[in-house]
Amino acid sequence: MANLIEVKNLKKYFSTPRGMLHAVDNVTFNIEKGKTIGIVGESGCGKSTLGKTLMRLHNPTSGEVLYNGADIASMDIKEFKKKYRSNIQMIFQDPYASLDPRMSVLQLVEEPIKVNNKGMSKAEVTAKAREMMELVGLAKRLEMTYPHELDGGRRQRIGVARALSLNPEFIVCDEPVSALDVSIQAQILNLLQDLQRDRGLTYMFITHDMSVVKHISDDIAVMYLGQMIEKCPAKEIFKNTIHPYSQALLSAIPIPNIHLKKERMVLKGELTSPIDPKPCCRFAARCPYATEKCLADEPVLREIKPGHSVACHFAENFVK
Amino acid sequence: MAKMHTPAMEKIERKNAKRRKPKRSTPATEAWKRFKRNPTALIGLIVVALLLLIAIFAPLIAPYDYQVQDFMAMSQKPSSAHLFGTDQLGRDIFSRCIYGARYSLVIALFCTIAAFFSGGLLGIIAGYFGGKVDTIIMRIMDIFQAIPMIMMAMCIVAVLGNGIPQLVAAIMFASMPTMARNNRAAILRVRGCDYIESSEAIGVGQVRMIVKHMIPNAVGVMVIYFVGFLAVSIMMMSSMSYIGVGLAAPTPEWGLILNDGKAYMTQSPYMMLFPALCIMVTCFAFNLMGDGLRDAFDPKMK
Repeated sequence: MANLIEVKNLKKYFSTPRGMLHAVDNVTFNIEKGKTIGIVGESGCGKSTLGKTLMRLHNPTSGEVLYNGADIASMDIKEFKKKYRSNIQMIFQDPYASLDPRMSVLQLVEEPIKVNNKGMSKAEVTAKAREMMELVGLAKRLEMTYPHELDGGRRQRIGVARALSLNPEFIVCDEPVSALDVSIQAQILNLLQDLQRDRGLTYMFITHDMSVVKHISDDIAVMYLGQMIEKCPAKEIFKNTIHPYSQALLSAIPIPNIHLKKERMVLKGELTSPIDPKPCCRFAARCPYATEKCLADEPVLREIKPGHSVACHFAENFVK
Repeated sequence: MAKMHTPAMEKIERKNAKRRKPKRSTPATEAWKRFKRNPTALIGLIVVALLLLIAIFAPLIAPYDYQVQDFMAMSQKPSSAHLFGTDQLGRDIFSRCIYGARYSLVIALFCTIAAFFSGGLLGIIAGYFGGKVDTIIMRIMDIFQAIPMIMMAMCIVAVLGNGIPQLVAAIMFASMPTMARNNRAAILRVRGCDYIESSEAIGVGQVRMIVKHMIPNAVGVMVIYFVGFLAVSIMMMSSMSYIGVGLAAPTPEWGLILNDGKAYMTQSPYMMLFPALCIMVTCFAFNLMGDGLRDAFDPKMK
């Protein structure tokens, strides 16, 4: 299938008093139409910034983002808002903070429809909003309630309804379940999967939870300090983890079996600063296998096996 | 199946409908609920309401004209005829204090509104646009703030002269920095919220963002500052009148009444006691109410 999104050498730097913070550094990947890519990594590795840069909530420092072949990263922000805003939507991490506490559920769902369809009558807007509410499983009686009266799952359904009401093709899900109880996480994940199946949506699913990403993604990309260090089909990463950081990340998944003694790979050492990093492997400071070469040279993402790319000088040594 | 419609059933239906009608809980009603549960805040509100009534019905409440001098009853101690006693010119202090409420409340209100629309607006602009605009506005406010409030107000009155508009202008200028700072903080707090970003993501424009999202969410905090500032204005106005740079002599303003009594403090302390009590109670009430509002609007801030 064709690629809906092609990201090429995308960079997003923030200027701080101490220097440039490399939040997203030279990231390249594609997302096929109707597929889900899972972006994993620890806090502060640039996952959310990557998502917000695709949304143009941040302006990229350099690089390209092709959406159906058109570069949305460098186009004028006004043109982007006019033509692409409704195609690319986002579901936010925290359903407690991302909904205006002074708006009722109906108002919240109506808002995107209202601001993007100026000609629509009030009744049409309401009808469409009700349709969206039904689609995401929000009962009609909740229309006049306020977000603070609802549980996390229902709130996140509002977030989903808001994003979907613009009929997007591509949705950035920025840790949509990390603020929810485990029992409710499954509901929201199932809802997202159902919607993907019915409407052919393409997702970029940002998370730090490996078990969630296993459940929902077709492809997985691992990020570390702004860089993409491993990228492969979802099944592959759980079988053949190559990058030492990914190995550590996977070994941290808890297994619900008390008899199983598991070898944990515990990382030691300081996190390299993302502010003006030296040209070396950014994981070298914590990597148990680091050599001189890792400190001198920056590894690039290269294909080790078909469909499996890794950014490590010694990737071949870790192939099982 | 056809539904029966007997009068009895209809009555039950109506009753059920009434019972089922859900109580709407908007953030405002929630805040009012919390406010009602706070006894000190309620006391503040009641005292403020009483003061308003006193100010409105001053001519009905005051037993004497506030400026008529009765030379048969000079410097009298509080009695049933003169509740708060009389001053050195035989004017009834009770009546003067009652009329004083008018001046204090109205001028304080004007001062606060003026400060809000000058300093407050500057603060909102600084907070919303940020960057250079913010730096320029806030550094100017810093320069203002370097001069003590009362000093500043005194200088302005010294230039513009006595009178109510001058006094309002003086207090407005003196309080602009604080007002700007508070409102800027209120807007900044809202601006950093996730729901602003999420609204941006669904395509909400700048105007709608300010009108529908930022102001409704910041208005609670702004109301709190507004009420708190009423107390500050009353204090400032009275202090200025007391030191002689506020309102001119015959006006029954609490600070002025205090000033009148100053010379007789040792023989007739009540001349100062009652106007001072008026100022104190009023400021106290506004502060209690302001604190109550803060707790009501923002229960997490305590």
